[in-house]
Amino acid sequence: MSANLNLFTYLLRLADDNMVLSQRLGELVSWMPELEEDIAIANLSLDHLGQATSLYAYAGTIEAAGRNEDALALTRSEREFMNAVLVEQPNGNFADTIARQFLVDAYQVPLYQALSSSTDQTLGGIAQKAEKEARYHLEYSSTWLVRLGDGTDLSHDRAQSALDRMWPFAADLFATDDVEAAVAAAGMGVDPTTLRDSFDSTVARVVELATLRMPTDTYERTGGRTGMHTEHLGHLLAEMQSLHQAHLGATW
Amino acid sequence: MTSRFEQLIAANEKIEPRDEMPDEYRKTMIRQIAQHAHSEVIGQQPEGNWITRAPSLRRKAILIAKVQDEAGHGLYLYSAAETLGISRDELNELLHSGKQKYSSIFNYPTLSWADIGAIGWLVDGAAITNQVMLTRTSYGPYSRAMIRICKEESFHQRQGYEIMMTLCDGTEEQKAMAQDALDRWWWPSIMMFGPPDADSTHTEQSMAWGIKLETNDQLRQKFIDMTVPQTEFLGLKIPDPDLSWNEERGHYDFGDIDWDEFWTVVKGNGPCNRERIAHKRKAWDDGAWVREAALAHAAKQHARQKEVA
Repeated sequence: MSANLNLFTYLLRLADDNMVLSQRLGELVSWMPELEEDIAIANLSLDHLGQATSLYAYAGTIEAAGRNEDALALTRSEREFMNAVLVEQPNGNFADTIARQFLVDAYQVPLYQALSSSTDQTLGGIAQKAEKEARYHLEYSSTWLVRLGDGTDLSHDRAQSALDRMWPFAADLFATDDVEAAVAAAGMGVDPTTLRDSFDSTVARVVELATLRMPTDTYERTGGRTGMHTEHLGHLLAEMQSLHQAHLGATW
Repeated sequence: MTSRFEQLIAANEKIEPRDEMPDEYRKTMIRQIAQHAHSEVIGQQPEGNWITRAPSLRRKAILIAKVQDEAGHGLYLYSAAETLGISRDELNELLHSGKQKYSSIFNYPTLSWADIGAIGWLVDGAAITNQVMLTRTSYGPYSRAMIRICKEESFHQRQGYEIMMTLCDGTEEQKAMAQDALDRWWWPSIMMFGPPDADSTHTEQSMAWGIKLETNDQLRQKFIDMTVPQTEFLGLKIPDPDLSWNEERGHYDFGDIDWDEFWTVVKGNGPCNRERIAHKRKAWDDGAWVREAALAHAAKQHARQKEVA
């Protein structure tokens, strides 16, 4: 694979994580338990959408085939999307949404921190801005996980079930192949396995504060990085891409 | 002897939360601010309906930010209502039980992307016409809330009009989509100003108290006069065969509004009344365990801090 193709693929993987998560969060606007949380969830959705847009736009210039951020987000198929399977999981109840967000945040904070010193200046710049957002997201999701875990018996049980349910999908955030190895070797990207310690210590710390226990399931569901998704993604993309694809070539 | 309240009103000064005010003034203010807050909150639904399908990433971001602004306006207005001695939980309950209303415009469905443009252009445009007047309303907290809200609303209106312009410059299908949206949203938008002055139960008293400064019919005329040239610029046609410029009046004449439709929707039988309230109640009821968890956690934290102290 050429250096450019590796970088392009890597950027798409980062972008797809954010795009799909933003889409899931966008589904929740007007459905939250309080007006304040409607505002917060819209904010998270917007941040991830902004990150996805910058990453797609840059990927498009690397590819140099005339595809902009809309073409990359709204015309690629389920098998071409390369997000980790965690982010495509349905919103479920509020605890599921928070558990999914928390696991992503615990990964994205060290990810963006490392990418901030990328030898690729454009990617470094995107990461610097994203790191600040990810830190705020982690604070938000951790606070809620602790409130739920250390709240009522019911919320404790729901938080534990949610964490247990999302946990096997978190492994996909750390899956690597030649693409990550190549961009990491070039100093442009990060080998995600190097983020695992930071992720594990964040999770352990918050799980303890939340009076929860670490998930014991050792099953790992990976495959998203090569397009082997769960069945949920196709439906999400069908909705997200429907209008754009019904009028290909139109300007909006 | 005139009361301090009457003196303040006569001097065009603001009534503040600690000032004495007639019960009826307080009730009217609560009703009006609550209705406005509920409208912002319910308004999240028809527009939120297109967040997941926005046709470009840029439009998606603008739409999410807009819906977020609306939730923010709701929050801000609930705080203004609370200064009159009613709690947010009570207001929520009054909305859920149908005892307080929200703007009927949100009982119409958003059926195409162009509806997002039409809502921004027409619905926010009508709302601003009304709200600019309310920045000078007699109740201080409401007046101040409106100043802030108006700034964001006029931004939304420009974004809505820009969606319409892009569609009208686009393909035949896009232009047809824009015309269809105008056809469906025009009459409900001009109904937003409320019944004609002759039939408006609240107008006279509200004007005397400086709550309203212009009548429903005056505001409606102002909106129509402003909107007709904008429609011509888009190359779209307003669905009213009687619409024409009246040189003598210096205003546009327009056709009869179907007030039966207006009252049908106000009374709960519009296209989406039931869905809107059912959606809101479901979100609230499904979230009960989350709010209880937050309260339980705060109580535990408090107890732990006391133990340490």
